[in-house]
Amino acid sequence: MASMMKHLGGACIALLSLTAAGAAIAAHGAPDDPFPATYRPAASASLAIVGATVLTGTGAEIADATLLIADGKIEAVGAMLPVPEGYARVDGRGKWVTPGIIDAHSHLGVYASPATPSHEDGNGAVAPNTAEVWAEHSVWPQDPKFRLARAGGVTSLMILPGSANLFGGRSVTLKNVPSVTTQGMKFPGAPYGLKIACGENPKRVYGSKGRSPATRMGNVAGYRKAWIDAADYLRRQDRWEAGGKVGDPPKRDLQLETLAGVLRGEILVQNHCYRADEMAVMIDVAREFGFSIRAFHHANEAYKIAPLLAKEDICVATWANSWGAKMESLDGIEENAPMIDAAGGCAIIHSDDGLLIQRLNQEAGIAMTAANHAGLPVSRGEAIRWITANPAKAMGIADKVGTLEPGKMADVVLWSANPFSVYALADRVWVDGVIQWDRSDPRYQGPSDFVVGQPGQGFAR
Amino acid sequence: MTRRLAALAALLLATPASAETIAIVDARLMTMTGAGEISRGTIVIRDGRIAALGAGVPVPAGARIIDGRGGVVTPGFVQADSTLGAVEVSQVPTSADRATHSAAISAGFDISLGLNPDSILLPVSRLAGITHAVTTPLYDDQGGRRLQFAGQAAVIDLAQRPQMVTRPRAAMVLEMGEGGAERAGGARGSAIVELRTTLADVRHFAAHRAAYDRGEGRPQTLSRVDLEALVPVAEGRMPLIVKVDRASDIREMIAFAREERLRIIVDGAGEGWRVADEIAAAQVPVILDPLADLPRSFSELGATMDNAARLHAAGVTVVIKTGSGVAHRARELRYGAGNAVAWGLPHDAAVAAITINPARVFGVADRIGSLQAGRVADLVLWNGDPLEPLSQPQAVFVEGVEKPLTARPLELRDRYMPRP
Repeated sequence: MASMMKHLGGACIALLSLTAAGAAIAAHGAPDDPFPATYRPAASASLAIVGATVLTGTGAEIADATLLIADGKIEAVGAMLPVPEGYARVDGRGKWVTPGIIDAHSHLGVYASPATPSHEDGNGAVAPNTAEVWAEHSVWPQDPKFRLARAGGVTSLMILPGSANLFGGRSVTLKNVPSVTTQGMKFPGAPYGLKIACGENPKRVYGSKGRSPATRMGNVAGYRKAWIDAADYLRRQDRWEAGGKVGDPPKRDLQLETLAGVLRGEILVQNHCYRADEMAVMIDVAREFGFSIRAFHHANEAYKIAPLLAKEDICVATWANSWGAKMESLDGIEENAPMIDAAGGCAIIHSDDGLLIQRLNQEAGIAMTAANHAGLPVSRGEAIRWITANPAKAMGIADKVGTLEPGKMADVVLWSANPFSVYALADRVWVDGVIQWDRSDPRYQGPSDFVVGQPGQGFAR
Repeated sequence: MTRRLAALAALLLATPASAETIAIVDARLMTMTGAGEISRGTIVIRDGRIAALGAGVPVPAGARIIDGRGGVVTPGFVQADSTLGAVEVSQVPTSADRATHSAAISAGFDISLGLNPDSILLPVSRLAGITHAVTTPLYDDQGGRRLQFAGQAAVIDLAQRPQMVTRPRAAMVLEMGEGGAERAGGARGSAIVELRTTLADVRHFAAHRAAYDRGEGRPQTLSRVDLEALVPVAEGRMPLIVKVDRASDIREMIAFAREERLRIIVDGAGEGWRVADEIAAAQVPVILDPLADLPRSFSELGATMDNAARLHAAGVTVVIKTGSGVAHRARELRYGAGNAVAWGLPHDAAVAAITINPARVFGVADRIGSLQAGRVADLVLWNGDPLEPLSQPQAVFVEGVEKPLTARPLELRDRYMPRP
C-alpha cells in the first residue's frame, strides 16, 4: 500500500498545484485553458538501456543500441554509445525498445469498466450537434483499462466522444499515468480535437428518432449549417476584437466556441468516416469553410483514395482486422494502413477498444505481415510509426512524443521480444523517464481504486 | 459405431474435387495425437485423405509436391462460439440468421438449417487456417432478455459447399449468471429455479408425449418444439453450453449439472481460474477468450490473461475462442491462442485448444482436429509458427479439398493496389 501511495505521489503533487494555475483569457474572450493539465512528471534518474534492438519511430531499426534518458527526455540513441557516469543501466540484451505506444482513438474512461449504464459517458445522443461537450468531463481516471493499456505499452492516448452525433464534442489527450484526477493525466500543451462523425451512426440515431439527420445528405446539411453558424460567430468575435474590444463582448457560446476553434486552426478535426466517397465529401466541406481535417478515423475504405489523402495531408487511423460490422465497413482490408503508407500518407493503427489497446503492437504486426505478403514491403522501423510517430502527428503532439529523437519526452517501452510478435510483452514502460509499468515488480502494477479488494487485483493481467 | 463404419461414413461425406496425390514435405507436423510433433515430416494426401504421415515417409511417384520449407502443418483450426455461415454484415438483420426472438422457438432454434455456404466470411476465415466452426446461436435481445435458451449450435465446415454441416444440433446454448438472471426476472436464484422447472417439464413431456398431444397432462410453459429439443439435454445426450463467468456461477452450475445429470460445457469462464480444480474434477470443458481480461461486468472482476494457462495446468480441457460471436474477426483466433502462450499456456496446449479440444468437446474428433493416417485431410501448412501474426498459411485443406488462399478482401486489395 505504501508503494501504491508512492506510485501516486506524482499525481498528489499535481493535485495541489491545481489551484495555483490561473486561467488565462485568450484574445477572443474565452478562457484559454479552463481545465489546465496538472500532470507534472516526478524527478527521475538518468538511465541507459543497453543492448536492445531499438525501433526509433523515425523509420530506423538499430541493433545492439544504447538509449540514454536524462531529465525525463531522450538524450541520445545509437549503436555503441558510451554510457555516461552515474546512469542507471537497464540490460536490454535480447529485448526491443520502441517509443511509447500512442492510441489516436480511445474511449477509456468515458466508457469505463465495468460497463454499467452509470459508466456510459461517451455519447450524448440527444442532439446531432454536441460540439459543446468535452470528453475530459466524462473521463473516469479509475477506469481499470488505463492500467491494462499501460501494460500494453500505451503511454499517450486521445479520448474521444462517441460517434452518435455529427459533432460529438472535444477530445482530450492524456498521458497514461495513474492519477486521481483527469487533469493529472492531461498531456500538457496537447491541442484539443473535435470529433465529427460521418455515415451510418448519426443518421441511424436521429433517423430512428424521426428527426434530421436521417440520411447521409442530411448529415452533410447538418455539418454545413453548423459551419455557417461558426463562421458567423467567429466574424462577430473578430469584429469586436478588431474594433478595440469596445462595449460588451459577444456572448460566449460553448458549442460555437469549439467550432470556431477549428476555423482558427487551434482545434484538430478528428473525423469518424468509413467510406471513401464520404471522406471525399468531407474534404470538400472542409475546403468550403476553410479548415482542414487532421485525421479520418476507422476509414476502412481509405486505401481506395490513398493518393488523395496523402495529397491533402490527412492521417488515416484504422485497424488491420476490424470490418463487416456494418455496411460502411464491409470493404475493410488488412492492408489499409500499409497502402496509405505506400502512397506517402500518414497511416495509424488505432484501437477504439479496451482490448485492442492492449495489443496495438500486434495489430500493427498483422498489417505489416499482410502488406509484405501482398508484395508491399514494409519494414519494422516503418510499421512502428503507425502506433507512435503517426498518431502523435494526428494528435498534434509530434514535437513532443512519438519518436526517440533527442529532446523528446522519454516515453519508452522495453519489450520482451520483437514487438510485432504475439509473444512480446511490455517488460517496462517509462513515461517522461519515470517508470510507470514493470511486469516483474508489483510496485509498478498498482490497479485502479475500483479493482482494489476485488478478485484478481494482484495480477498483472 | 465401429471405426470402420465411422470411416466409411466420413468417406461418403467427403467429396474431393479431384482424385490426386499430394505430398507436403519438409514441415513440422503438429499431429495432436499420441505421435506428438514430427520434425521434418511428410504428409501424403491421396484422394483427399491422409494416406501416410511421418518423418521417413516416401513421396509416391507422380505426387504433386508442396514444399513446406521448414514450416508447420497443423490440423485445421476450429472456431468455437462462432456465427460463421449465419451472418454476413453484423448490423444488417436480414443478412443474419444467428438469433431468434420468436417466443415459440427458443431451445428449438436449429442454426444448422439455413446456413449460407456462399458467405464471404468463410474464405476470409480460411486465411487464418480455420476449416471448421461451431456456429452457435446468439440471443436476439432487441425486445429485452426474454428467451431462456438461445438454440442449438452446429459444427460446420468452411469448404463452401452445399452440405456444410459436419454435425448439426451439437449443443444447446443457455446463458446463466447475470444474463440468465435477467431472463428469469432479475435474480440468479430465479434463473436456477426456472431451469430446474424447465428440466422437470421436459422430462415429464418425454414420458407423456401422447398425453401432451391429446392436450392432457400438466400445462407446459415451453412450446412443443422447445420441449422436444430439450429432451436430449435433459437425458444427458446433448451437451449444454452454459454461459457464465463468475466463479460462484461456475461452481453453482457444476453442482446443478451433477444433480440433474447434465453434460455441460462452460462458455466464458472469466473467473474460471478461481475454481479451476473444481472444473477439472467435474471434467467440464471450458470455452474461453484468452484476451478477455477486462472487468467488463460484476461477473468478470477477476478476469485475467492467464486464465487459460491456469485452467490447463489444473487439468481442464480448454477450448480457445476469440471475439465471441464476432465472425468477421475470426482471423484473430490463432493470435488469441498465441497470447495465451505469452501468458503461460504451453504452445502445444494452445494449438490443441483450437484443434483437437473443440473437436472432442463437440463430438467430431473422429473426423477432424488431428493429423492421422486414414483421416480426411483437414489441415494447414504455415510458413512459421501458426500462432504468430508474422506467419501466413501456405496451403489450406478443408475436408479433403485444397482451397485457394484468396478472399474478397484480398480481391479488393488487389483492385486498388497501385501497379508499378
